[in-house]
Amino acid sequence: MAIKLPIYMDYHATTPVDPRVVETMVPYFTEQFGNAASRNHPFGWAAEDAVEQARKHVSDLIGAGAKEIVFTSGATESNNLAIKGVAEMYREKGRHIITAVTEHKAVIDTCKRLEKEDCRVTYLPVQKDGRISLDDLRNAISDRTILISIMTANNEIGVLQPIAEIGAIAKEKGILFHTDAVQAVGKVPFNVNDLKVDLVSLTAHKMYGPKGVGALYVRRRNPRVLLAPQIDGGGHERGMRSGTLNVPGIVGMGKAAALCKAEMTQDAARLGALRDRLNERLHKGLDEIYVNGSMEHRLPHSLNVSFAYVEGESLLMGINDVAVSSGSACTSASLEPSYVLKALGAGDDLAHSSIRFGLGRWTTQEEVDYVADKLITVVTRLREMSPLYELAKEGVDLSTMQWQVH
Amino acid sequence: MAYSNKVIDHYENPRNVGSLPKDDPNVGTGLVGAPECGDVMKLQVKVNPETGVIDDAKFKTFGCGSAIASSSLATEWLKGKTVDQALAIKNTEIVAELSLPPVKIHCSVLAEDAIKAAISDYKKKQGQADSVQPAAQPTA
Repeated sequence: MAIKLPIYMDYHATTPVDPRVVETMVPYFTEQFGNAASRNHPFGWAAEDAVEQARKHVSDLIGAGAKEIVFTSGATESNNLAIKGVAEMYREKGRHIITAVTEHKAVIDTCKRLEKEDCRVTYLPVQKDGRISLDDLRNAISDRTILISIMTANNEIGVLQPIAEIGAIAKEKGILFHTDAVQAVGKVPFNVNDLKVDLVSLTAHKMYGPKGVGALYVRRRNPRVLLAPQIDGGGHERGMRSGTLNVPGIVGMGKAAALCKAEMTQDAARLGALRDRLNERLHKGLDEIYVNGSMEHRLPHSLNVSFAYVEGESLLMGINDVAVSSGSACTSASLEPSYVLKALGAGDDLAHSSIRFGLGRWTTQEEVDYVADKLITVVTRLREMSPLYELAKEGVDLSTMQWQVH
Repeated sequence: MAYSNKVIDHYENPRNVGSLPKDDPNVGTGLVGAPECGDVMKLQVKVNPETGVIDDAKFKTFGCGSAIASSSLATEWLKGKTVDQALAIKNTEIVAELSLPPVKIHCSVLAEDAIKAAISDYKKKQGQADSVQPAAQPTA
């Protein structure tokens, strides 16, 4: 069968909506269009029932209670609500937050804003494998620490943080623990009680649901977490997030969560095998390529590789029938290479040379083979025109060169 | 980002990729940029000692498509020019020819720097050193 181009291999950015999810959502745009807050007629009741069923599906996926789920517009809002909500509510207890340098911007920039107020934030470094050191975490904790926010899986490198260990430390010290789990939930097992997390950010569009809907898990027992709402209004979602509920979106997120729960084990096994095949094929065809981040503690569908001596954007240009992302500066407006890869201690040159592969529910073996073969061809061609590759092959140690930095 | 057709053409069919013997007294080599900035260009010219005209030019570039296209275009323009004519090539001409967007102007600047560095190296070899910036060198 001929491969359909372009190939989508950027499932960390977003996922297509599963057709089964779309089918479930459709009636809630037309026949069942009620406002879930309308308590006095069947249109409202139907909408409310649908929302509560979705809430159950989402909570089941993470081992939580349905009442612990607050629907939001997505993970950026969930992260803002969790961090700002805790900072405001626990103001008297302390003003110190601990996070990590490789967090998503929705966490980092939220923390930066709080720093402009009166919070102190510690940004933990990561080790070469992309994981934080638990000793660093312990050393950073003070009696003024109110929140630890560490993501479950990184969006760029797919590396899983030691969430259970962090949860145990947070519990021991009586500090709230928030995790941005958008890349992990629905892909790998995740249970709020096993992991001892208090706040979890989720989004539908990374797990085959629609964009524009997400959730925040807020622990209700042991401890009961209180949040200062960040959006005021009609008091929806137990007062934590006002605003008319996005009923079709929430229904879609619920269905997506139910599908992930049912299919996660087989999806993860299949995608893990395909990811390993991609990695092996690339290593067989090319020298001097490096996987960024731990291979052991990694999402099964994720791979981030640096191709030494070639620049990421020119690489993307050569594989323009494959949709992937690069850590290259040129793919962003900032002209700065990926801060996540830099944090791993990879040289800036390797950060510029990286490609992120995200496999997903519809990735096939034929696609993986096509992408690997195409990359091998393009990297080989670009290395033939790379002065760095030429110097390296002449035996020059590039790190001893003095470059004119512009 | 959308590339102009000319950038795509130079990227897919780069002109004059390769290396000239860098110890040849008639060859000037410029190596500019830095890996951590995501762009390194090596540009070489071979000058005919009789006529002072650039007979051959080669490049190798680590960088984005626009950087590759800028250096490929530069080698095309260099051939047949005298050394002084080569020094008159401006980055703005490269921007215009390749329709580079503002965020890619630094690629054309780097190509102009590479030309100047290559000519400077050639002049130094010929005993006519001038103030043009030197190329990067291993410190060892």
